[in-house]
Amino acid sequence: MVSFTINGKPTTVEADSATPILWVIREKLGMTGTKFGCGIAQCGACTVHLDGQPIRSCSTPVSEAEGKAITTIEGIAGPDGELSRIQQAWISEQVPQCGYCQSGQIMAATALLRDNPRPTDEQIDAAMSGNICRCGTYVRIRRAIKVAAGIEPTSTEEAA
Amino acid sequence: MDNADNPKPQRSRAAKWTRRGFIGAGVLTGGALLIGVGVRPGNPVGKLGPIVANGEGEQLINSWLKIDANNVATAIVPHCEMGQGAHSALAQMLADELDADWSMVRVMQAPADGNYIVTDTARLFVAPGTVDAPDWLEPTWNGLFTNIGRLADAMITGGSSSVRSTGQHTMRIAGAAARHMLVAAAAKSWGVPASEITTANSMLSHAASGKSAPYAEFAAAAAEQDMPQTPPLKQPKAYRLMGTDAPRLDIPSKVDGSASFGIDAVVPDQQLSYAAVRRVPVPGTRVTSMKAEQAEGMPGVLQILNMGDFIAVVADGYWQAQQALNLITAEYSEPESTIRTSDDQYARFTAALDEAGDDGGDKAASNGDAVEAFGSAATKVEVEYRAPYLAHSPLEPMNATVWVRDGKCDVWTSTQVPLMARTAAAKATGLSTDDVTIHHPLLGGGFGRRLETDYVTMAARIGAATGYPVKMIWSREEDTQKGLFRCADISRFKGGLDQNGKLVAYNNVFTQRHDPPGSFDCAFYDIPNKSIRVAEAELLLPFASLRSVDHGQQGFFIESFIDEAAGAAGKDPVEFRLGMLGQSPRHKAVLEKVAAMADWGNTPEGHGKGVALVESFGTIVAEVVEVDMTSGSPRLVTVWCAADPGFAVNPDGFRNQMEGGIVYGLTAALYGEISLKDGAVEQSNFHDYKMLRMNECPAIAVEIINGDHVTLGGAGEPGLPPVAPALANAIFAATGKRLREMPFAKQFA
Repeated sequence: MVSFTINGKPTTVEADSATPILWVIREKLGMTGTKFGCGIAQCGACTVHLDGQPIRSCSTPVSEAEGKAITTIEGIAGPDGELSRIQQAWISEQVPQCGYCQSGQIMAATALLRDNPRPTDEQIDAAMSGNICRCGTYVRIRRAIKVAAGIEPTSTEEAA
Repeated sequence: MDNADNPKPQRSRAAKWTRRGFIGAGVLTGGALLIGVGVRPGNPVGKLGPIVANGEGEQLINSWLKIDANNVATAIVPHCEMGQGAHSALAQMLADELDADWSMVRVMQAPADGNYIVTDTARLFVAPGTVDAPDWLEPTWNGLFTNIGRLADAMITGGSSSVRSTGQHTMRIAGAAARHMLVAAAAKSWGVPASEITTANSMLSHAASGKSAPYAEFAAAAAEQDMPQTPPLKQPKAYRLMGTDAPRLDIPSKVDGSASFGIDAVVPDQQLSYAAVRRVPVPGTRVTSMKAEQAEGMPGVLQILNMGDFIAVVADGYWQAQQALNLITAEYSEPESTIRTSDDQYARFTAALDEAGDDGGDKAASNGDAVEAFGSAATKVEVEYRAPYLAHSPLEPMNATVWVRDGKCDVWTSTQVPLMARTAAAKATGLSTDDVTIHHPLLGGGFGRRLETDYVTMAARIGAATGYPVKMIWSREEDTQKGLFRCADISRFKGGLDQNGKLVAYNNVFTQRHDPPGSFDCAFYDIPNKSIRVAEAELLLPFASLRSVDHGQQGFFIESFIDEAAGAAGKDPVEFRLGMLGQSPRHKAVLEKVAAMADWGNTPEGHGKGVALVESFGTIVAEVVEVDMTSGSPRLVTVWCAADPGFAVNPDGFRNQMEGGIVYGLTAALYGEISLKDGAVEQSNFHDYKMLRMNECPAIAVEIINGDHVTLGGAGEPGLPPVAPALANAIFAATGKRLREMPFAKQFA
């Protein structure tokens, strides 16, 4: 038995304590917005927040969530369902292609802008380079982060 | 928007329809009205209605369009959505001809049903020549469609073809026909001439009488109108949605976690079990023995299956299944092939090329006498290039959920070929295709990997063995090592320049020819003596088309060679290419555009700029890469891309595809390598099969030239082929080091 809150909701699950948080979220709780990509913390598709910190849920045992707060992609919109600034920027910049990595990308970007509202390019690189986008939407992810942060894009980042 | 004032007339393909192909109206249960449509004989009304128009008050206007009581128009799209934007682009094309309000347009994935085979696409893939097939489709797609009997399975998303085949020849006609029928219905009701009724934003209006109504009001009556045989299609000047950046319809669901991919499948009212699998390490071998005692005792394990060509563990959870599988040891049979290493593989290629010599092998294309011209050339360039195997690595690993019971089989999976998936599941379970239902949601990337159905077959075999619903998921290691691959290849060139530095001899031989036809050539260059040949050689790893297929390696080979020829001629790479484009004004314009974008000729100290020009899937693309070599290894600075697809239906979507193709191509250029050891793939996951990441991604600038406004070029693939040669050429410009083998990064380690 492991107890934690997920997107603010107190939850107790029956699970082997070594089971990665990813599979508890997906299989036990039926929340599929968090994705499996690599299983070894290389791609970031499984990124969720644990007590506010972005973690790779594919490689973090659920025992580490005991008594803590998990936030997933399903939990970052406002209480009234209004999308976060980052989610809105993802739409305005038409970021996703296949979309499979984007939950993880948005969770990483959400943590970045919360801790650093006006990140430099280098800080964006540092925060986002753990998240692979196989479709190659990095240019738009960077632009959307800047839009959400209210930073002027550079000339090659402007939507043509 | 060049040449907008001088469009060629558009001819509706509906002229080929027969009257018999149009189906009458029928009232369905629930009061929804279905009007058949038709692009083929036979009446799909009874079958399609309950499947695609079972919502409250929904009226199917034709196979591809339904309108509900709230005036929402839903395009039913027969292609899958894997990030390429086909769902939205096809809806956009239908909605433009329909004069629909984009905010009131939705898209629905057409079911895996023979009625949703797009005749055009099917003919294009299966029976080339029966319609005006783009030449890239002849003669086969990956050799799969040579048998006309497979027509029934030709519901395919691939070849950058959705917009230019289904969009042009089905969705636009469906929208135009529906608009015509709505107008006719309103004209009858209002007692006014149809010619006086105008349509816009999903509304019908009659100015003289002041009458107006939403489409929904006349949807039912429209169904009773005759289907026009040749609905006139809009001229480019009349487009309202095509050519605009209409926001994609799938994106909102991809920012809040609600988008559902194959791996997210649930089986209604059923508890799922999970399967982890391990295929044999060397293709074609078998499991000869298995030790699974330890795994059997693991918590949650339900079944352990030795399927001969793979081992599966079924458990309560995927992680439990994978943990148990990790404890199983097995022995395998000896492989038939003697290829064990990448060196062995390249040795096969080299032997085949040696045997072909200057004039052997299969002739792929030729003009003039390349052997003679090379012999008498003033300057000679003899070079060889090689490219390794590649894995597709969509971020969603291969997976399928299967429930086999009571003579029925349901499959939930991400696939580019839903009807082939149905056939695969039927074969694996011994059922008829009528008893197999495919549920195919969004794809977490495809890139050609999901044109194959090997993983569906595996899941169906597991499902047949269990009888309860099972979700099979490949680990990333399995996905990287055990699937199908872009082929490795070697290509040799003998080039000859005359005393003026003109390329007069081009003699090329390579070992792998798949698709699309003509991808080995650069026919837009004016080269008087050319011989292109293929000397086939055995591949150890099974082949699957990978984004841009042969253009991926051929673009690198050809455009690296052209750059080397420019160097031998002592000419600037852009100027040298322009000198061969006298007969190809659109290619010339694209190259000039990218040179201007990139400020060609001005390069910061320690940096290099390289260029490449490739036409693929109907789109002409030139790219310039700027690379910074000051640290001794390549750092990508900027990629400029100019592209002429003829006409871009959704320019922002097109740019997004160019950006994606460039990044996919840069990953291959810098890192992409699947190598062999003991007959097995050495790489296993993203730590040793590296992907380009945010911190390595260059700035990318894309400009579109709408070169002729009629032909539509592809978007998903054409951005990829020029980027690897442009990068190699840039590195050469900066360092003088010529890269003739992919990938590049390790050559600077």
